[in-house]
Amino acid sequence: MNKVGSFIERYQLSHFIILAVIIFVVMPLALDSFRLNMVGKYLTYAFVALGLVLCWGYGGILSLGQGVFFGLGGYCMAMFLKLEASSPENTAIQSTPGIPDFMDWNQLTELPWFWEPFHSFAFTIVAILVLPAIFAFIIGVAMFKRRVGGVYFAIITQAVAAILTILIIGQQGYTGGVNGITDLRTLHGWDIRTDEAKNILYFVNGVLLFVCLFAARFIIKSKLGRLLVAMREREDRVRFSGYDVSSFKIFIFCAAATISAVGGAMFTLQVGFMSPTFVGTGPSIEMVIFCALGGRLAILGAVYGALVVNWAKTSFSESFPELWLFAMGALFIGVVMAFPNGLAGLYQTYIAPWLQKYVPEKFHWIVTNKYAEEKPVSATTSATTEGSETEDSSADTKKSEKGDLSHAGN
Amino acid sequence: MLETNKHIGPKDFVLSVEGLTVSFDGFKAVNDLSLYVEEQEIRVIIGPNGAGKTTVLDLICGRTKATEGSIKFKGKELTKMNEHQIVHAGVGRKFQNPSIYEDLTVFENLELSFPRGRNVWGALTFRRDKEVIDKVQEVADMIFLGDKLDMQADLLSHGQKQWLEIGMLLIQDPELLMLDEPVAGMSVAERKQTAELLNRITKDRSVLVIEHDMQFVADIAHRVTVLHQGKVLSEGSMERVQNDPKVVEVYLGH
Repeated sequence: MNKVGSFIERYQLSHFIILAVIIFVVMPLALDSFRLNMVGKYLTYAFVALGLVLCWGYGGILSLGQGVFFGLGGYCMAMFLKLEASSPENTAIQSTPGIPDFMDWNQLTELPWFWEPFHSFAFTIVAILVLPAIFAFIIGVAMFKRRVGGVYFAIITQAVAAILTILIIGQQGYTGGVNGITDLRTLHGWDIRTDEAKNILYFVNGVLLFVCLFAARFIIKSKLGRLLVAMREREDRVRFSGYDVSSFKIFIFCAAATISAVGGAMFTLQVGFMSPTFVGTGPSIEMVIFCALGGRLAILGAVYGALVVNWAKTSFSESFPELWLFAMGALFIGVVMAFPNGLAGLYQTYIAPWLQKYVPEKFHWIVTNKYAEEKPVSATTSATTEGSETEDSSADTKKSEKGDLSHAGN
Repeated sequence: MLETNKHIGPKDFVLSVEGLTVSFDGFKAVNDLSLYVEEQEIRVIIGPNGAGKTTVLDLICGRTKATEGSIKFKGKELTKMNEHQIVHAGVGRKFQNPSIYEDLTVFENLELSFPRGRNVWGALTFRRDKEVIDKVQEVADMIFLGDKLDMQADLLSHGQKQWLEIGMLLIQDPELLMLDEPVAGMSVAERKQTAELLNRITKDRSVLVIEHDMQFVADIAHRVTVLHQGKVLSEGSMERVQNDPKVVEVYLGH
């Protein structure tokens, strides 16, 4: 094995490199500008799925309201872009020039106070990163300090997503209502609607995704990552080992929120508008499906999950629009029942051993290290029909029984 | 240790439980209970099922909140503290069923219990340095798992899981160790080893044990407390308790 190979194996980078090649080389070469922009849009969902790997896969906190954070990030960016697009010159025909068009339509004569700071790009960036975290922190403190978890937490996040959607739609004059914030044009004078700009934004999006992937990897490789796994299994034991369990849950929930918000902001930039349809309960659940399909414990799986489901959605809903929702539902049930560890689990169980067998020894560093960051863990549902897994666990119980007997002889 | 604790009160009680009552919808699981544990004492609590033994441990470690009464540990009132604060004060608790992290290795199980980096930032920046590795090895040797550090915890035998959980407490170095049926489901040989282990680790701490196995109780107990219907029925040496007619009637007789 060469030097580069050993470096890559040591830091388990090969799958990151493969993904980087796909995102930065294969996609831009293979796709035209329109399709590339679409892949860029799919990749913004990968941020949310990555956040869910952290808080659901590792932390055991199923949030059905991640669209809220995606939306917060997206709306922050949209507010900045909208203000730039609503310069007095551009909006001269309005009865109040200089405010966003939808405000004018709703008889607002003044920019609301909370829109003011979004004139500043620096403030917008900080808001994208911090606002969702603060919101997640408030929800987290309210829930986790009271030890609300599991299904109850999922339902509450779902309710939060519903509430936020209703709020956005209801407050049309302040939020753009059901249409969202549309007709976004420039970022600091740079037209984001051109093909060239969209290509550049695609790469910016890819780089940010990798920053988040590495941040996520740092978290799960730290002791905090192991604590999350421990908490998922034995919350009481962690508590009685002297840890304040709720603070760790709040942290990982906030981290997931921030990562989702980055995706939301990039979505707005690449798609050119933001609307409540990306915030509500429906999209929030779809995002969970991206994560589940990729593999709950695989940070890279989240990216593939988001890509595959969205690609399927686009091509499927083009030809069979009515059937798509059923297909999506079936997909989710199928994943949970048949392969709880998603694509990552399938890769580890079937493809990796095959690759190891047929790829020459010299290139093993490309395929040997783990695709999932952790070995498969049986899903919380009892449905662990994945062949190897059930075999493993039955072997384990046998082993431990034997262990008991052999120790009796000591 | 003895010198530093002189100010706490008479007789150097590490733990003084006074007038402790907890009521679940009117049912008093623990009723006006008082209990004093001295330094370096192994105290065993016995009693029939439903006597409130596990509830007493739950109350001390903060898992259940007391309705009335006080629990003082080295002068600190535990009834007003959170679970993790009670752990930081120096109380360790082992659960009845082995409660370990089965997806992690033996090493990682012990490492997570190592008392450093217990907040979010500390956990993110935690480094597996020599101090941690040495301490984990030391404790693992003590609990007979020194050569199984890399094994995934769910592959251990039942008895080994019990030891692992004891080890997870030892690495926290608590001054009061509470064990709920530590030898349940263990083979005879394992019981003997566990008794040796407990006698060894009690040199620097007090231990509160719930146990049904009378032979094991006789092996380890300095003093025995018999609980019955949430109250202390009898207390004293094993011999005294065994010959107490009240105890024979409700517990040992059958």
